[in-house]
Amino acid sequence: MEVTRIPILQIENYLVASIQTALHDRAATQFRDDLLERIYETKAQGLILDLTAVDVVDSFLARLTGDIAEMAGLMGTTVVITGLQPEVAITLVELGVELKGVTTALNLEKGIAALRKMVGKEGANGTTG
Amino acid sequence: MAPPAKERRIPVKTELDIVTARVEGRNLARELGFGTIDQARIATAISELTRNVVLYAPEGEVRVRAIVSDDGRRGIEVVCEDNGPGIADVDLVMQDGYSTSSGLGMGLPGTKRLMDEFKIETELGVGTRVTVRKWLR
Ligand SMILES: Nc1ncnc2c1ncn2[C@@H]1O[C@H](COP(=O)(O)OP(=O)(O)OP(=O)(O)O)[C@@H](O)[C@H]1O
Ligand SMILES: [Mg+2]
Repeated sequence: MEVTRIPILQIENYLVASIQTALHDRAATQFRDDLLERIYETKAQGLILDLTAVDVVDSFLARLTGDIAEMAGLMGTTVVITGLQPEVAITLVELGVELKGVTTALNLEKGIAALRKMVGKEGANGTTG
Repeated sequence: MAPPAKERRIPVKTELDIVTARVEGRNLARELGFGTIDQARIATAISELTRNVVLYAPEGEVRVRAIVSDDGRRGIEVVCEDNGPGIADVDLVMQDGYSTSSGLGMGLPGTKRLMDEFKIETELGVGTRVTVRKWLR
């Protein structure tokens, strides 16, 4: 089966990926793997996952997003989720799968600002002590 | 003016059908006048129920239709049924966090919270039918 790949852009030391289509499960899993590979290759300090165009986050996608944040964290990359629609945030809470421990920001611009702040605190050379 | 008969049936066999089903469900919900938040709840419920069919049963079908209650309230009904193994202990699978597939175990209990009415009918070796409803406010 043909899998739609989601483009992963690099801006400075950050990766930015914006989900623009309804993701079926295999495409979502492929996306996670692509992301982790790119993080490893680029040693990016931060990752922005933009969900502005995503209208449904079910328990599967919530788990996958949590996995991405956790795995990226293990590689020293800070993850910020941007553009979560209010109705998506509400359904996540009602489902009982809110993205605990994941930083969110209103939009891409605020997401980058949040990343700069968080990454900046850890020192320019990336050491966290 | 009589409203057109609004029922949509979507066969559910592969993960691609999950996306089709929830798009159809959301479209009907929008046509019926549900707001964005309820549309998201309904689409998410359909996503959970159809994913369970894909994961746990060979195949199934989802039907979405407009409904009217005895006292005249309008709403949407989603019936998701499959020819899978059935569920031995319904109380158990309705507990938050119970999963036989390394999922989060939130699909069924979460769907119940998202919708106004929730019913499971199941028979071992025959299949499972989950019916959920949401009423317009
Ligand atoms: N249609 C079905 N046929 C047979 N068993 C089912 C069906 N739907 C759910 N189950 C059983 O109920 C359990 C709980 O389902 P539920 O959807 O709540 O969680 P999950 O699918 O395991 O994980 P999640 O939905 O959070 O990704 C499943 O693990 C499975 O054992
Ligand atoms: Mg499930």
